[in-house]
Amino acid sequence: MSAGTLYDKVWDLHRVSELPGGSTQLFIGLHLIHEVTSPQAFAALRDLGLSVRHPERTVATVDHIVPTTSQARPLADPLAEEMLATLERNCAEHGITLHGLGSGRQGIVHVIAPELGLTQPGMTVACGDSHTSTHGAFGAIAFGIGTSQVRDVLASQSLAMTKLKVRRIWVDGQLQPGVFAKDLVLHIIRTLGVKGGVGHAYEFAGPAIEALSMEERMTLCNMAIEGGARCGYVNPDQTTFDYLRGRPCAPSGEAWERAVAWWSGLASGADAVFDDEVRFDAAAIAPTVTWGITPGQGIGVDETVPTPDQLDPDDRALAGEAYQYMDLRPGVPIAGTPVDVCFIGSCTNGRLSDLRAAAAVASGRQVAAGIRAFVVPGSEQVAAAAEAEGLDAVFRAAGFEWRQPGCSMCLAMNPDRLEGRQLSASSSNRNFKGRQGSASGRTLLMSPAMVAAAAVAGQVVDVRRLLADGDASPSATRPGSEPSPELSSAPSAASRL
Amino acid sequence: MSHQPLPAGPISAHRGRGLPLPGADIDTDRIIPARFLKCVTFENLATGVFADDRSERSGDHPFDRDEHQGASVLVVNRNFGCGSSREHAPQALMRWGIRALVGESFAEIFFGNCLALGLPCLTADPAHVAELQEAIAVDPGAELLVDLEAMEVVLESEFAGDNRWPVTLDPGPRRMLLTGHWDGTSQLLAHDAELSATAAVLPYLSGFR
Repeated sequence: MSAGTLYDKVWDLHRVSELPGGSTQLFIGLHLIHEVTSPQAFAALRDLGLSVRHPERTVATVDHIVPTTSQARPLADPLAEEMLATLERNCAEHGITLHGLGSGRQGIVHVIAPELGLTQPGMTVACGDSHTSTHGAFGAIAFGIGTSQVRDVLASQSLAMTKLKVRRIWVDGQLQPGVFAKDLVLHIIRTLGVKGGVGHAYEFAGPAIEALSMEERMTLCNMAIEGGARCGYVNPDQTTFDYLRGRPCAPSGEAWERAVAWWSGLASGADAVFDDEVRFDAAAIAPTVTWGITPGQGIGVDETVPTPDQLDPDDRALAGEAYQYMDLRPGVPIAGTPVDVCFIGSCTNGRLSDLRAAAAVASGRQVAAGIRAFVVPGSEQVAAAAEAEGLDAVFRAAGFEWRQPGCSMCLAMNPDRLEGRQLSASSSNRNFKGRQGSASGRTLLMSPAMVAAAAVAGQVVDVRRLLADGDASPSATRPGSEPSPELSSAPSAASRL
Repeated sequence: MSHQPLPAGPISAHRGRGLPLPGADIDTDRIIPARFLKCVTFENLATGVFADDRSERSGDHPFDRDEHQGASVLVVNRNFGCGSSREHAPQALMRWGIRALVGESFAEIFFGNCLALGLPCLTADPAHVAELQEAIAVDPGAELLVDLEAMEVVLESEFAGDNRWPVTLDPGPRRMLLTGHWDGTSQLLAHDAELSATAAVLPYLSGFR
C-alpha cells in the first residue's frame, strides 16, 4: 500500500468521512463543468430540490459542441444551441461563473482551467470528462466523473471514492529532438496496455519528467486515462510555480509565498512508498504513431505494423479487428501511409507550445495536394497568443485552416468530422472506431509536429527528417519555452476562486 | 425501449435473459456514439446503443438479434467501457433494458457510473465468461440469476443443465448495492459538518490568506 506520496497526502487532506458502503467521501476543491455532461445533473438537482453547495468552486465553459468556423449565436445546430443555452441558464440560476464564447477565456475545459490559474497543486479536481487527468500535471489529484457524480459534487462539493493504488512511472534520460510528451505517453500506453492502469494513479517522475514544461506535463497526464489510470500526476516543482505565478486566479503577494510553501510540502517524499514502479528510458523513444483502434496499438514511426506473432496472444484478436478496420497490413511500415485529413488541436495538444511545434514544421512548406488540414486552438487565449506571434499566418500560408477554439474533431460533436473511410493524422487522444465522426473513419494518433509533417508530406513521415532539413526553427525541438501567463484585461469574475 | 422499472433500493439479485457481447476494449464511443450526446436529458438514449456497430452489422448485432430482445444481463470481455466518462453509455444500456453486467474486467469510470445507476458490474474469470457467453448462445431463452449474496451467476437452462459460475465484486460497491446505498447524494449530504471541517483546513479555499 502506498504511503507518503502526493496522492496519499492530498487524499488525506480532502477526506470528509467514511461512508456506509465502504467508500470514502472526498472533498472536491475544483469542479469544472461543460455543456455535455452537466444538463442532466442540474435537472436531477432540481428534481431533488437541492441547491449548489459551493457555487464559487464550480467553473463552467463550453467546448464540446461549439462550431469552429462561426460561433455566432444562435449556433447553426439547434441541438448545440439548446445545450449551450441550457448551460447558460443553469449557471445563471446557481451563480456559477461561465467562460462563454467571446469572453476571452472560453476554450477546452482542460486548457482554460490551467491557463487561468484555477488548477493548482494539492487540489482535488473533478469534471464530467475523462481527460480531467490533465490537471494532475500540477500535482493535483484530478479525475473524470459521470453525470450522477456531477450532480453529487454540485449538491455536496464531495464524492464517494475508493482509494487507488499508486504506480510510479520513472522516466530516465531525455527525450530526443523531434520527440514530444505525446510520444512519451503513447509509448507508455503501448508498453503497459490500455487497461494496465486500471485501479491505479500514475505518478510520473524522474529526470525526463522534471525536464518537461507544464504544457508537456499536461499532455502526459491527459492521456493517463487512455492507459486505464483514472488519474496521473507530476509532483509540483519550480516549473509548476513559474507557470502559475501571475495567472489571474493564482495567489499573489504574501499569499503566493504561503502557497508555494504548502504546495512544496505535498510532493512525494524521498521515503514515499509506491505500490509498484515501472521504468522507462526517454532517449530510446521515437516519434510514436498508433496503427490500430485503441491508443495502446502504437509503434515508433520507424517500425512496421506488428504481425500477430509479435503480439501477446491476448492482443491478437483485437489486432485482427484493427487490421481490418484500419485497412493496414501487418508487417508493413507505418511511415508512408497516405492520410486524408490532418487535425491539430484538442485537450491533449491544443496549447501554444503544441501550435509552435507544428508551425515550425509547417513554416515554409505546403500542405500536400488533396489533404484537408486544420488547426483548432485549445482556447481563446491560446488563439490570441498564437495570433500575436503570427502562428496563424504561418499555418494559413502553408495551406492549413485556422479555426476558432473548441474540442472539434477530437470527438466530432460539432460539424468537424471525417467522411466515409477517411484517414486522419490527429493530435488528439482517441483512435476508437468512429471516434472522429464517421462510423468508418480512421485515426492515427501522433504529436502535433508529426501531424504537421504528415500534412506537408501527404503521408505518415518521421518529423525528425523534416527537422534535419535545416529550415525548421529551434522551437520545434523540445523542451519548448513556456508561454507566459496571460495578463490581459479579460473579465475577472473567476479570480474570486 | 425497456418497460422494466429503473433500479431502485437494495439490489441483491437480478433475474433475466443474457446477452453475450464478445470483444475486448469496447469503448464508450462505441456504446453510444458522440452525436447521441447532443441532448439535455437521458430519456431517449436507448435508440443510440451501439448505433454504428449495429448499422455496420446490419441486423446481425447481438442487440438486434430476435433471440436477445428483452435480455437484461450483458456479458462482456475485458476492459469494457473504456474511454470517455460519458454516463450516457450506462444510461443508454439501462434504458435499452440492461440491469446487470458480467465481464472479464471493466474500465473504472464506467464501473462507477454503472454503480451510481444501480447497475452491478461483476467480474469473472476469462474462461468462465467464455463459457457463459457460449451457454447463452446455445440457449438464449434461458434465465440467468445474478446473485450478489452468493456471488455467482446461475444459468437455468433445460439444455445446458444448471450451470453456475463464481463472480467477484469489491466489498465496497457490493455493500452499496446490497444496502441500497448506491445512490450516493443523500449520504454525502448527511456529513455537512465534517465537510465544513475538512474545508476549513484547506488553505487554497481562502486563497492562502
